Amino acid sequence: MDLSAINPVLLVASLMVAATPILLAAIGELVVEKAGILNLGVEGMMIIGAICGFAVAVQTDSSTLGFLAAAIGGAVLSLLFVILTQVALANQVASGLALTLFGLGLSALLGQSFVGLKPPPTPELNIPFLSDIPVLGPILFSHDPVLYLGIAIVAGVWAALKFTRAGLILRAVGENHDAAHALGYKVIRIRIMAILFGGACAGLGGAYISLVRVPLWTEGMTAGVGWIALALVVFGSWKPWRVLLGAYLFGGVTVVQLNLQAAGVAIPVEYLAMSPYLITIVVLVILSKDKSSAPASLGRIFHASH
Amino acid sequence: MTDILLSLKGLTKAYPGVVANNNVSFDIGVGEVHALLGENGAGKSTLVKMIYGLVKPDSGTMTLRGQAFTPSEPRAARADGIAMVFQHFSLFDALNVAENIALGMENPPAMRDLAMRIREVSENYGLPLDPYKTVGGLSAGERQRVEIIRCLLQDPKLLIMDEPTSVLTPQEVDILFETLRKLSSEGTAILYISHKLEEIRSLCDHATVLRLGENVGECTPADTTAREMAELMVGTELLTPERSGRDFGEVALDISGLSADAPSDFGTSLKNVHMTVRKGEVFGIGGVAGNGQDELLGVLSGETTTQADAVRLHGGPVGNLGPTARRKLGLLTAPEERLGHAAAPDMSLTENAMLTGSAREGLESNGFLKWGLAKDFADKIIKAFDVRTPGPENAARSLSGGNLQKFVIGREVLQHPEVLVVNQPTWGVDAAAAASIRQALLDLAANGAAVICISQDLDELMEISDNFAALNEGRLSAPRPTAELNVEEIGLMMGGAHGMEVSHV
Repeated sequence: MDLSAINPVLLVASLMVAATPILLAAIGELVVEKAGILNLGVEGMMIIGAICGFAVAVQTDSSTLGFLAAAIGGAVLSLLFVILTQVALANQVASGLALTLFGLGLSALLGQSFVGLKPPPTPELNIPFLSDIPVLGPILFSHDPVLYLGIAIVAGVWAALKFTRAGLILRAVGENHDAAHALGYKVIRIRIMAILFGGACAGLGGAYISLVRVPLWTEGMTAGVGWIALALVVFGSWKPWRVLLGAYLFGGVTVVQLNLQAAGVAIPVEYLAMSPYLITIVVLVILSKDKSSAPASLGRIFHASH
Repeated sequence: MTDILLSLKGLTKAYPGVVANNNVSFDIGVGEVHALLGENGAGKSTLVKMIYGLVKPDSGTMTLRGQAFTPSEPRAARADGIAMVFQHFSLFDALNVAENIALGMENPPAMRDLAMRIREVSENYGLPLDPYKTVGGLSAGERQRVEIIRCLLQDPKLLIMDEPTSVLTPQEVDILFETLRKLSSEGTAILYISHKLEEIRSLCDHATVLRLGENVGECTPADTTAREMAELMVGTELLTPERSGRDFGEVALDISGLSADAPSDFGTSLKNVHMTVRKGEVFGIGGVAGNGQDELLGVLSGETTTQADAVRLHGGPVGNLGPTARRKLGLLTAPEERLGHAAAPDMSLTENAMLTGSAREGLESNGFLKWGLAKDFADKIIKAFDVRTPGPENAARSLSGGNLQKFVIGREVLQHPEVLVVNQPTWGVDAAAAASIRQALLDLAANGAAVICISQDLDELMEISDNFAALNEGRLSAPRPTAELNVEEIGLMMGGAHGMEVSHV
């Protein structure tokens, strides 16, 4: 066992990379849940994003177009959820689970001819001066743009929910859809937009796995990250910055356990592999003790009865 | 009133199977306080929803200040100066007062300016409010203020109020009426919907009465007795419940030193409650909503268990028993919320009868259900309490509120309870049905049962209860014989206007 082989700077830098897929998916789901919708299809939308992004990036040789396609792919799949729950008024839990199963199956089909290929590299930001700062440079200033985009989305969602009228209306719809409807707000329309945003974010998160984190395509490669993202939203008490914290915690423990495995720590690999899930959930359960409450209409079907 | 603000002509709206409004016409003058009367299902709500743009009329026209008025959505109605305070508050618990108000405005100013205007307007009209308080923690009276201020900030020409006083203490009602009179004197017309006829007599200039969707008459409330108005609404003569002289027997239910935590975040915890109810007694518990009524009912029904000794039935401890065990011993309850608490909305009336009646009516044996007997029991309730439904196989949800209430109360009354606890037994029920429910409770007491009636309707408590106590922030006042009390004293027992004085200018 040689712990000195672990480089703390690289560790932190790779932690941020490991956290980004969950972060993207979770912040999208946070917006969806704030609007009062429970979409359990995050995993399905992520894997569709992963294969759409991978396929387009390989075909066009452009990772930018890949990420764009991933966002569109995730949003298109979430459209299915929209039709089921907002138009046909189907149960949200069942529809979400169906979305995940369907997404996993469809992605395997779409990805058949892409197994074993390599995607074009996603360029890393190289800011001439900042990236050369010893410790801070590699940690803060030499990642790919999508990682920064993820943080920017978190900040944007936080500010929008807190300071803008659109955010207020979104929260109102999630809090009491009947009252929002009585005041004349378009509950269904607002929710559809939230679901599409959530789908696009999940798609981006999926593509981040297939294009940056593990740059290749294998079936089912999201491996439950979508479910962790869902749990993060709940345990993060529907607060954007707490979701970011949770994502980094999960990413951190994941990277540490990989490093420990590489360093040959004498703990069975299975324990190490399950540790990120355990630790993240335990920490977030403790954090979420102050019940700053779920949106009151979460998961309830809205039917305009007037 | 000389100037006509809003004129309705021949408004008709039909839903599948029912005509909610049939050819309704009347005028509202500028600055007039106009009452809209009618039983449950008479079509009052549909009518105001048409004015507020939530529902489109099938035929008929509305004219606002001489111009054709066809609001396509509430936004358009608001832009034309129509504002509405809803019966069930349309507020968002997790948001603060200012955010709630901003949501009801077209172009709200920045939060800071809005908060200032809220303070200004609310004090000007004697309804003080803190713009940064979270609505979930406000009393019912304060919540209504939020709704009213939201309307007033729009500078409305017509203010629609749907049953605004059902949740207020008498003192809060006085404050509200002051505000409404001030508004009316400033030229704002008010369309006022209420079941409380005495209130309408003191407040309104003019009244229109609806029955089964049709305009059946108009009157000047000040010159008409409450009884005449009630009979106009019902269409027949009204029976008032009779209280026969009766003697109280031994103690049936005894609560001593009961404290219980609130089960939810926005609930009220019960603090050191003492109460003794004897056989043959109707014990009335008043108080503004949210002062521990639901929690007290939970403790009595067994949904919340406490120390065994805190609740005693016929001297035996039952505080630690669940609802079914208590039912077997003769302690029955009918909670306030009809859909979801007292009845399962999507289950049939037979199934609902089975749910609470199985133990006492012998509707099950060895874990198997006797559906035949359950259906007979449901039929018996429907017949005895005049529940209007095609039959017991219909879902509870399909009944109107008043009819379901009759079913829910009847279901408990017919199980021959020894102690019956009811919460808001006539909430949202029209005059005739309310009278029959009250009569059933009195008959039950006359036959030797103890009845505990939790209600926010003071007239009801004055009418049926022998002793009265008030709940205020989870504390129960000492009981007093109802015959010695007047409404003023009751109001003070309930906690007055919750420390919020009138600050009229």
